[in-house]
Amino acid sequence: MNHEEHAVIERFERGWLIFGVGMIVVFVVLIAYTMANFGGSIPVGTERVDATKVRTEGQFANPRLEQVGNEYVAYVQAFAFGYSPSEMRVKRGRKVTFYVTSPDVQHGFMIERTNINVQVIPGEVARVSHTFKEAGEYTIICNEYCGLGHAGMISKIVVEE
Amino acid sequence: MAVRTLPRLDAYAGNPEKKLTLYMLMLGFAALLLGTLFGPLQSFNYGGLDLYPYLKPLIQSYYQGLSLHGVLNAIVFTQLMAQALLVYFPARELGYRPNMTLAWVSWWMAFVGLAIAAIPLLLNAASVLYTFYAPLKAHWAFYVGAAIFVLSSWVSVYIVLQMWLRFRRENPGKITPLVTYMSLIHWLMWFLASLGLVVEVAVFLIPWSFGWIEGVDPLLMRTLFWYTGHPIVYFWLLPAYVVAYTILPKQAGGRLISDPLARLAFLMFLLFSIPVGFHHQFADPGIAPGWKFVHTVLTMMVAVPSLMTAFTLAASLENAGRARGGKGILGWIRALPWNNPSVLALLLGLLAFIPGGAGGIVNASFTLNQAVHNTTWIPGHFHLQVATLVTMAFMGTAFWLVPHLTGKPLVKPGLAWASMWLWFIGMFIMTFALHWMGFLWGIPRRAHIAESPAAMAAYQDSLPWMVMNIISGIILFVAAIFFFYVIFATALQAKRDFSEHQEIPFTEAVSKPEGNALALMTDRVWFWFGVAAVLILVAYGPVLLQMFTNLNPVPGMRLW
Repeated sequence: MNHEEHAVIERFERGWLIFGVGMIVVFVVLIAYTMANFGGSIPVGTERVDATKVRTEGQFANPRLEQVGNEYVAYVQAFAFGYSPSEMRVKRGRKVTFYVTSPDVQHGFMIERTNINVQVIPGEVARVSHTFKEAGEYTIICNEYCGLGHAGMISKIVVEE
Repeated sequence: MAVRTLPRLDAYAGNPEKKLTLYMLMLGFAALLLGTLFGPLQSFNYGGLDLYPYLKPLIQSYYQGLSLHGVLNAIVFTQLMAQALLVYFPARELGYRPNMTLAWVSWWMAFVGLAIAAIPLLLNAASVLYTFYAPLKAHWAFYVGAAIFVLSSWVSVYIVLQMWLRFRRENPGKITPLVTYMSLIHWLMWFLASLGLVVEVAVFLIPWSFGWIEGVDPLLMRTLFWYTGHPIVYFWLLPAYVVAYTILPKQAGGRLISDPLARLAFLMFLLFSIPVGFHHQFADPGIAPGWKFVHTVLTMMVAVPSLMTAFTLAASLENAGRARGGKGILGWIRALPWNNPSVLALLLGLLAFIPGGAGGIVNASFTLNQAVHNTTWIPGHFHLQVATLVTMAFMGTAFWLVPHLTGKPLVKPGLAWASMWLWFIGMFIMTFALHWMGFLWGIPRRAHIAESPAAMAAYQDSLPWMVMNIISGIILFVAAIFFFYVIFATALQAKRDFSEHQEIPFTEAVSKPEGNALALMTDRVWFWFGVAAVLILVAYGPVLLQMFTNLNPVPGMRLW
């Protein structure tokens, strides 16, 4: 390989790296932008609880969906192997805020066709919110291995007109 | 010397390190064989076909099979390959013999640890998958065995460090040779990276499994696990990169374009492999989004050395193709020795690494990850990375390394060649299907869906993709039979011939390190080791401190 070829390779390499690093900068900016503008679907920890008392004490002892003004708030228990409340019904176009925790092992709380995807960890309460723009049935899926009944740990949320 | 059989004890008298390397390799391939047998069963599951009922009472559940698949393939096989290759290669490059006592200590620790962990795994007492998330609680033997197995890698760290220090002592002022440099960086990175797992298992899970402590904090356990759990993928990948940088170009008939840039890439892996673990915890409550963003940026940084690698390897392969008479813009690709199974394995593996890397950028993107977290997209991604490039690099290496170590010629090279094509095609079909099933329908990863009517009803729209899983499972099963036949038939044959003994085909570099400012800078190993440690402290320190001082323990459970 002569000197000239070597110089060509170095030039191409510089170009490739500038392109690559440039793309990475673009990605990071986009991520920061989506965080700032669509942050509601990012799970946030709101409090820590005693997992062994989730079923008997506090907000989660009474799992429910309630209407607060024009919005909804849901307190959801993800347990082996189901969700409580087992089915939720909300109106289209209203914001739903979910608080989710587990009384036993880790679970998932994923709502298909949305960005809601929570790692449910015993002892941690996660908050996410979403506004359903289309009516229909949305499957809620446990996507963290939780034991023999894991695959059947499926529920749904019904969005009405 | 004519072809003859040698008494078993004599064959390695002059090269005890060859015997050790062979034992590491073969233990690894034995683990891979057992783990891989469960692979098609997993892909059939994602095709809606459940074969697990037929395995009772030997294997109790899908999750037991999946635990064996994950532990044996991702933890055991990969570590043993690193312990085989990245101790032997630097020893050969430097012309040193590794400390053989310690080397056998490392092999026995790996073997004993594996045996202890295997008992509960095989008895369905540790069906906690390879992430063993608390509060699912396995039998204590699983954690004890895993700890001994992982600690055996620290012995390998020490052996390579010893050889490097001896080189420095005997060659003052000389730059570390490339293969040794890469191996050393790999082991130092792993030492820092493995601390999370070691603390998790030794300080928390073992006392917990013995009943000495009531509970463990699941969030802290996850955090410690992923502290190790992301850099572990570079622990798997870097041995494959060592082969791709320092052996592949020569086998393809060319030279490595730049030695200093190869060092820079490895140095960046030392710095950026570890402080990135939160990108596995984007969906976790209990870690502030700001910290997750910091890890996002650092994760993006770790893409840079792989981008550099892509360029350098492609340029080196072009150099090889042109040296073999390839002409035109793409003619050099055809001129590469595609008929050599070792070269083929890496070429195909590297090809799969391109979509694999692009998917990795998606996973690393905090907000985008919400769409794919814990779906089949994730196993789709890492089967392109670890099960295609990394595994194929080790398989391709075995095709020449086993003959090199044993003096036994490769049995049926045609079958070896076919096994690599089938492996690549099977993995490509399977990962393609898994990516889309996860992304489009949110189908969860590691779920026994074939057994659950509710699940199959919920995911029925993805039927065409499910069929692809079944097809790929069959192709991969055939590929595995071909591969393991070739490897074990080669190693177990009686024919031995050391007359054609060949040295390891280390590649020559076009740009040399001597006198190069960049190479000299990267050779300040302890300085960079310190920088890596500081980066970890900054990215993890405050969060870990807060977690350790606010433990929220939860009792263990067995739900399988």
